[in-house]
Amino acid sequence: MKGYTHNGNWQAHFFLVIGVAVLAFPVYLALIGSTWDAGTIARGEMPLYPGPNMVSNYLLAWGSGSGQRVMGVPAETMMLNSLVMALAISLGKIAISLISAYAVVFFRFPGRMFFFWMIFVTLMLPVEVRIIPTYKVVSDLGMIDSYLGLTIPLIASATATLLFRQFFLTIPDELVEAARIDGAGPLRFFWDTVLPLSRTNIAALFVIMFIYGWNQYLWPLLITTSKDMSTIVIGIVKMIGTGDAQTDWQIIMAATILAMLPPVMIVIFMQRWFVKGLVDSDK
Amino acid sequence: MQRRVIFNNKMLPYLLLAPQLAITVIFFFWPALQAILQSLLRQDPFGLRTKFIWFDNYAVVLSDPLYLNSVKTTFIFAFSVTAIAMTSALLLAFMADKNIRGAGAYKTMLIWPYAVAPAVAAVLWLFIFHPNIGYFGRAMREIGIPWDYKLNGNQALSLVILVASWKQVSYNFLFFLAALQSIPKSVLEAASIDGAGSARQFWTIVFPLISPTSFFLLMVNMVYSFFDTFGVIHALTGGGPGKATETLIYKVYSDGVLFLDLGGSSAQSVILMIIVIGLTAVQFRYIERKVHY
Repeated sequence: MKGYTHNGNWQAHFFLVIGVAVLAFPVYLALIGSTWDAGTIARGEMPLYPGPNMVSNYLLAWGSGSGQRVMGVPAETMMLNSLVMALAISLGKIAISLISAYAVVFFRFPGRMFFFWMIFVTLMLPVEVRIIPTYKVVSDLGMIDSYLGLTIPLIASATATLLFRQFFLTIPDELVEAARIDGAGPLRFFWDTVLPLSRTNIAALFVIMFIYGWNQYLWPLLITTSKDMSTIVIGIVKMIGTGDAQTDWQIIMAATILAMLPPVMIVIFMQRWFVKGLVDSDK
Repeated sequence: MQRRVIFNNKMLPYLLLAPQLAITVIFFFWPALQAILQSLLRQDPFGLRTKFIWFDNYAVVLSDPLYLNSVKTTFIFAFSVTAIAMTSALLLAFMADKNIRGAGAYKTMLIWPYAVAPAVAAVLWLFIFHPNIGYFGRAMREIGIPWDYKLNGNQALSLVILVASWKQVSYNFLFFLAALQSIPKSVLEAASIDGAGSARQFWTIVFPLISPTSFFLLMVNMVYSFFDTFGVIHALTGGGPGKATETLIYKVYSDGVLFLDLGGSSAQSVILMIIVIGLTAVQFRYIERKVHY
C-alpha cells in the first residue's frame, strides 16, 4: 500500500512538473528576450540566461515603445488605456447587472419575464458574430476612437445578471420582511443589506470581468484608430508588424511581459475569487 | 423561481432595468437585426443602391468553395484544440488531485495562463517558433525540417492549434480538478484495496463520474475555439498562408472589414449566430438535466 502511494506520487510530480514547464516556457523565453539586444536576437544567438539590457529595454518599452526599427506607442499610454477599458467594463458590468438583477428578483411588474429573457438571450450574441453592424451603430453615435465606444457596447452582461439573480434568490425572506417592518424602502434595503451580502460575488466577478476587459482584441482593433487610444494587447501585435527577424524584439518582449503582468497578478493574488468567479459565472 | 416577499413599486424596477436594457437594445438587438436585414440585401460597391435579394447571399456563401474550406478549417481547428486542451488538462487534474506535497503551488502554476490574452499568447509562441530567430524554429531548421509557418499552411494550422490549446488548458484544469475533488476519496481507496491500479480506477470510477463536466467543457471549448481565438489567428498568421488558418470568425472579419462585402459577411454572421444559439441551447439542456439530477 505504501509502495503504491509512493509510486503514484512520483508519477504525479513528474507529469505536473512537465505541465508547469510547458506552460511557463514561453514566458521564460519572453523574459530572457526582454533582457538582450536586438542584434543578438536577430542573429539567433540568444542564450537561455538573462542578458545585460533588462533595465534599458523596459525603460524604452515603457517610455517610448520605439527602438531602432519599431515605431510604437509608449507602453505607459497603452497600459493606461487597457486599465481604463478593463475597469470601465468590469465595474460597469457589475453595476448594471446588480441593479437589473435586483429589479427582476425583488419586484413584480408587467413584462418582468420578458425583460429577463431579453437580457438572457444576449448570451447568444457575442460581439464577434455581429461585428460590422455593431461597429456601424458605434460609428453613427460618434463613439469611434473614444473610451465610450471602447467600453459601453461590452458592458451588458447576461452572465453577471444571471449570477446575481441566482444569489439574490437565496437571500432569506425574513431579511426583506425585517427591513420592511423597519420602514426601509427598496433602495435602502439594496444599499444596506443586498450590497454588503454580495461582496464575495462582486469580487469574484470583478476578477473575471477585469481579465475579460483587459484581454479584448477584436473590438479595440475595430474601434481604435489613433495611436493614443491603442490598448497594450493591440499595440504589441502592431509593433511586430510583418514579423521580420530584424526588429526590436527586445522591446516587443518587454512590452509583452508588461501586458501580461496585471491580469496574471490578479489571478495569482486573488486566486480564491478567481476560481469562484470562473466556476460560478460559467454554470 | 420567484420570491414570496417583494417590494411594491411601480416605476422603480423599470428604472433599475433601464441601463442594461438600453445597452442590450442599442448594441445587441439592433445590430443583430441589421445583420439579418443586411444579409438579405445586395449593395452596389459604392453603397448607392440596395436591392432585396432574399437568400441569395446565403446561397452564394454556402456554395463558395472558400467558405466551405473555412468550415473545414474551423472544425479541424476546434476539434484539435478541444482534444488537446481537454486531455492534457484532465491528466494534470488527475495528478494534482492526488494527495501530494505542493498541490496548492502546482495549482497556482497551472492556472495563470487563463489570464493571458489570446493575442499575447500568440506573440509568446511566435517568439519561439519564428523560423529565423525562434528557439524551436531555428532548432527545427538545423535538424533539416523546413519550418516556416508563414509559407506552409499545415505548419501554420498546427501552430495556431498549439497556441489556442496552451491557453485553454488552465480553464479545463480548474473544472476537472473541481469535479475530481468532489469524488469521495473512500471510493478510490476501496478500489485501491481491491487491487485496482491507477489506470483501472480512472476508467471505471473517475471517468464516468466526471462525464457531465467533460460534456460541459466540450461545449465551452468548442465555443472558445470558434470565437475567442480570433486574436491568436490575427496576430500569428492573419488567416494565411493562402487561407490555411482562416476560421469562420476570421472570414467574417476579413470579408466584412477588409473586403467590405457587407451582404456576404452579414450572411456569415447570421450563420455564426445560429451556431452559437445551437451550442448554447445544448449547453443549457445539459444544465437543466444536472439540476434535476
